[in-house]
Formats: sequence, C-alpha cells, structure tokens
Amino acid sequence: MAREEKCIYLDNNATTPTDPRVLDAMLPYFHTMPGNPSSIHAAGRKARQAVDSARGRVSALLGCRSDEIYFTSGGTESDNIAIKGTCFAQEERKKIITSSIEHHAVLTVCEYMQKFGYELVKVPVDRHGIVDLDFLNRAVDDHTLLVSIMHANNETGTIEPIQKIIEITRRHGAIFHTDAVQTVGKIPIDTNALMVDMLSLSGHKFYGPKGIGALYVRRGIRFDPLAHGGHHERSKRAGTENVPGIIGLGEACAIALNEMTAEELRLKALRDRLWQSIWEKIPKVSLNGHPTERLSGTLNFSVEYVEGESMLLKLDLEGICASSGSACTSGSLEASHVLVAMGIPHALAHGSLRFSLGRFNTEKDTDAVINVLPGIVEKLREISPLYQR
Amino acid sequence: MSVYLDYQSSKPVDPRVVEIMLPYLHDKSGNPSSLHRVGDTATEVLEASRAAVARFIGAERDEIIFTSGATESNNLALVGHALRNKDKGNHIIISEIEHISILNITKYLEKNGFTVSRVPVDQFGRIAIEKISERVTDKTIMVSIGYANNEIGTIQQIETIGRLCRDKGITFHTDAVAAEGLIPIDVKRDNIDLMALSSNDIYGPQGLGVLYVKKGIRINPLIIGGGQERGLRSGTENIAAIAGMKRAAEIMGEEMATETKRLQRYRDRLIEKVLDLVPRSYLNGHPTLRLPNNAHFRFEGIEGESLLLSFKEKDIAVSTGSACSSKTLEPSHTLIALGLLHEEAHGSLQITFGRFNKDSDLETLLQTLPQIVKRLRKLSPLYKWEV
Repeated sequence: MAREEKCIYLDNNATTPTDPRVLDAMLPYFHTMPGNPSSIHAAGRKARQAVDSARGRVSALLGCRSDEIYFTSGGTESDNIAIKGTCFAQEERKKIITSSIEHHAVLTVCEYMQKFGYELVKVPVDRHGIVDLDFLNRAVDDHTLLVSIMHANNETGTIEPIQKIIEITRRHGAIFHTDAVQTVGKIPIDTNALMVDMLSLSGHKFYGPKGIGALYVRRGIRFDPLAHGGHHERSKRAGTENVPGIIGLGEACAIALNEMTAEELRLKALRDRLWQSIWEKIPKVSLNGHPTERLSGTLNFSVEYVEGESMLLKLDLEGICASSGSACTSGSLEASHVLVAMGIPHALAHGSLRFSLGRFNTEKDTDAVINVLPGIVEKLREISPLYQR
Repeated sequence: MSVYLDYQSSKPVDPRVVEIMLPYLHDKSGNPSSLHRVGDTATEVLEASRAAVARFIGAERDEIIFTSGATESNNLALVGHALRNKDKGNHIIISEIEHISILNITKYLEKNGFTVSRVPVDQFGRIAIEKISERVTDKTIMVSIGYANNEIGTIQQIETIGRLCRDKGITFHTDAVAAEGLIPIDVKRDNIDLMALSSNDIYGPQGLGVLYVKKGIRINPLIIGGGQERGLRSGTENIAAIAGMKRAAEIMGEEMATETKRLQRYRDRLIEKVLDLVPRSYLNGHPTLRLPNNAHFRFEGIEGESLLLSFKEKDIAVSTGSACSSKTLEPSHTLIALGLLHEEAHGSLQITFGRFNKDSDLETLLQTLPQIVKRLRKLSPLYKWEV
C-alpha cells in the first residue's frame, strides 16, 4: 500500500469521488436510521419516505415523472434491464440497432441477444465519433424493436445528436434507449421533451456513490424484469432497496441540477486551456472526438510514436491519474474499439490518452499535467524506434 | 426512546464498518479496472474483502462473487445455473417456505420450460430429507433450500441435504441470508455448491451481496458488460461497500460466538415470559432448532396488523413476517405451510434481536406486549375467552 498517497485525479469518466454533501446526506441511513422500506413500522416508513423523496429528485433532473424511475445497482444493470427486458417482453420485432462505439455494457448485451434470434446492426460513426444518421435512417425499419445509442461517449466525450436519432427511431415505432451514464448530471436532459423511451444512469459517474444507478422508462413502455423476487420497484427490480445509495443518488441529482450549467463552463475553460498548452508544447498530437459537440471535462488525444500505457505509467509515477481509454478495457492490450471505429489508425489509437476533469479539479491539477507531460513524451519518444526527430 | 426489534428486515450498519467505508466513499474511490494507483488501491480492497468473506464461510477467495444483494445472488444462482445446465435436466426442487425471491424466480423458470417441486415442511418448518430424495428424478439439476427461514427462524439440516445432493450429483444452492452471522456456516462441511449472502445481514452496508460459487460449478451470468467478477457479474465494483463488508465479516467472525449467546438469552427469556404471561399464545417454528435471535408468536383472536400498529404507537419496531410481503394482505406463505389456518397466521408477531439491542429493549417489550395483547383482545370480536 506504499503508493496510496494522494494523486491528482483526472479520470472522472471512469469514476468520480463522492461529493462530501452526498456523503453527508447518506450517512444517517447507514446506522442511525435503519429500516427496510417495505416494513410498515416507523423505521420502515421513514426509509420509504426517504426513497420516495430521492426518486423525486432524480426525476426532477431528468424532467420525467417519479414513477418512471427504477433504482438499480448501476449503469451496467440498467443497460441489461433495458435491452434484455424490452426484448423478452415481446415477440414481434426481432431487430436491434446500436452504434459501434457503445460501452461494453450495451455492446455485450446486444450481441448476447443475437443468440435469441435478434438481428443486430451496428451504426458506424464518423471521424469525430458522431453516428452516421443516413446509415441509421436506412437501418431502422418496422422490424426494429430497439435502438440503443449512447448519449455521450465515455472515451472521447463526443455527444451524439440524440434528438435526430429519436426522430428517426420513432418514425418506425421502435423504442429508443440511451446509455446516458456520461451525461446525466453534466448536461441538461429533458426526457419528456426529447421523447426518450429508456435511459440508463449511474451514481458514481456524477459524484454519487457506487453501487447505485437508475433506469428511466417512459410510461407505457413494456419490459420484463431481470431479477425476480419481492415487489420492489413496482415489481420490476426485486431486492431490498439500497437506501443510503438511493439517498446519495438523489442528493447527487439535486446538486447537479443546481450547479451543472456553471460547472460545465468552468470545466470547458479548464480543459481547453489544458489542450491549448499540450498542443503548443508537444509536437504531433491530435485531438480525438468532436471539436465542439463534446463533454466539457473530456480531453482525449493521441500522441504519435508513443504508447498510451507507457504515458499512463509515467504519469502515475508523477502522481497523476489518467486513462488510455475506457477503464473496463484499459487492462487489455487491444486498441480502443471506439477510436478504431472512428477510423483512427491502430498506432495512433494505441497512443491515446484521456484526461477527464471533474468537480474537484482546479487549474493546479491541469498545470501539473502541463509541467510533466511534455518531458514524459520526449523521453518516451527518444527510446521509440519509430520516432525520428 | 424507540426500540428496534426487526433485525430480520434490516440491520443498522455497524459504526466500525461505516468508519472503514468513509475514505472509500470519498477520496479513495477508484475504479478497479483503471491502471493508475487509485485503481490499484481499489483492486487491493476488492481482493482483500473477497478473502475475508471467503474465510467467514470456509470458502476459497476465487469462489466469491460480489453482487448488488442477496436477491440478485439468488437470481444469479438459480437462473444462471438452470440456463447453463438445461441440457442436463430441467427439474428443480425447493421447499414451500423459501424466501419470496426463490419462489418468484422458480415461477419465472417454470414459464421457461423448467419444472419445480415444492417440498412440504412439518409443523415446525423442518424439511424431512426423504421428502427431498423421493422427489429427485434423473432430470433434477438443482435443489435450493434456505439455510434457515427468514420468518419463523427454523434451521434446516443443511449438511444432510447437501450430502444427499452431492451423492446424487445434483447442485445444491442455499439462501443463507437469514442464518448468516447467527449460526456458523461452513460451505465445505455443509456440502454447499451455491450460496447467497447479504452484506447488510452481517451489519455491513446495504446494496451489496455475495454469491458463493464452488469451484467447478458452472453458471451463466445475469448482468453482462465489462466482464468484472470473472465475467459472472459485470458493473463497476461498489468498492466502499465491498470494503465495508470485509470489516463486517471480520467483526462477525470475532464476535459471533459471544454475541449469539447474548441474543439467545434475550430470545429464551422473551419466549418463556410471553408464553407464561399471555394466555392462548403460541410459539411458531421449532422450539430448539431456531435462529438464536428469533421469536415468532401467534396470539389467538388478534390481527397481526393491529398488533403492529399498537407497537408503532409505543415506538417499538416489530414485524408480522417478511418485510417483502408485510404490505400485502395475504397471510405468510410460510405460516400456511406449517399448517396454520388463515386467521391463526394473521395473528402472528415476529421479534428479531440484534447487535444493538440492550437489556432495556427486552424489558420494554416485556412490559408492553402483554398489555397490548390484552387491550386488543378486549376490542376483538374474535376472542371468545375472558380477557
């Protein structure tokens, strides 16, 4: 545990620290206020009221009704319920459309449904990571059950044009699901105005606790539960409610609703300044993701002639935590499927680095990167057989 | 001063556990899949907790899968095993008094081509081993029997059931949520293949569970994606809760022997006093083979709900049965399985003691309970005797 000293944390797309205000809201529900919301004694009733109130705060952030929110254990479970649940609730339509840059939680489930006779189409993206709307328009037909396309990509931060995607989807009566774990709490989402049918969110991606998430399901959309048991979450998600987690998620939503507009501007300024400096100080770097339609805190770029993993390790030694792609695959040696889908050559995809800034980052953190990264890249390039000055 | 006597429904997290969790809830919260040092710390916590939970039940570290709770663990065990092994057979044996999650999961499996036998229990809630063995066919792939019942507290002869299953090559699953932390569980001694645990039931945090999967037992995952938990349970690990469960398992391992003696004293005194002080009162469940913290009574001529409301006025939290069904008007399926009539089942009261109860809680209950029963009986048209 020698390496446990504090680090400069710039990996907020992987997971965010829990906001102290969220933690304060949760703490009473661990010990001093026990109670199973299904119990009818006073302790149970208090837990039930707290859960209901949190549900209201989640729905306020999403512009939906509180009975359209189902609490889950996280984004992955929400994605599993959304996709498997809609498929198993019907038999008429047998086609699923997704994009080639989805998170594994969506891709794996969509691929799994092929075993049950579903046709799967993956919509390609352009070099900025925006889904090909013409392709989508041709792919969606009357056999299409579900279109599942993420709101913003976790690796590049590119924000998809979901309003247009939804228009196309609705034309054929298909259901639209979006994995919005990267956008909820960061950019405004109005599920009602957008006519989203299903939306997954995760607490720990916007300063809430881990182990809690939610699935928004528009009223009238049919889906089967994944876990069976007691009549929790209107019989759609069995299991005793994670009361502290739910309270924490509610608090995270309330904070985001108040603060996200100003916070996005702050992060954008911080990020743009960081990129500007990197661009000026390091030759042969290129931005990955959309130049403007992008999450304010996300900066993904490729450094020619250098391996992303090597940069990560060097940064780690300097006390800076970053990522070379999605946390779920950064342990593997394959190039990011997202960058490859965007047409970025393998060599460059392997040389990618992601800084994702968040609520607790300041200029001091980005300055630290600017101070050490050029030197790290220079050293690594010196030992690279590919690099010629 | 409120008195909490419903530890079966929900347990306060031990303050020592909360303390351990705090740093992970804030600045140490990494994603174990990340390569940097914050991710490394998260991985260490994950593996250390896996080892502690394994020690607690006599398992190996890599036989522990973290889930979001016992209901998910039961789903993963039953659905995951059934779907993975459907080429071997489609028959599953459970009992009539299983937890509602097991009942509803098996109903779902029945809709999907599986057949389910439900073994009856005796008047104490015990399952006779012959009742299981006579239902085994060459299509039987799994037996699922709860370690102890969550309502009446009756403990099953798990080791013998496990032996029967092992001899016949059938996978044995047990929902051990009601029993964990109250009686010693050893998956090897008990011949268990799959076992669901909940973190909160050993005073760990809510929203975390475990499925023990014996080496060699094959199951399909329920939640897929990033491939965490050896592909059996995807989703970013709930590190703070996992750190909490480690501490909870350690504390339980150290304190269980002494603590259960204390709880058993409360239980025995309560049972003795109530049966003595309250006429026409009866104990549900087994007189001796029951969880050390569980007392479950029925009182002639009284509705459980009116009992609950009377206790609520006195700020005492008790239960009429499983929290998962306590809001429905149906009598408990467990009590009906014992052979009780509907009106008898409705007059039941469940008291479960736990770590934070003090002598004074028992005394408050003993002072209140007989009076409440007396008052309700005076008002009851059902009670035919003199109060």
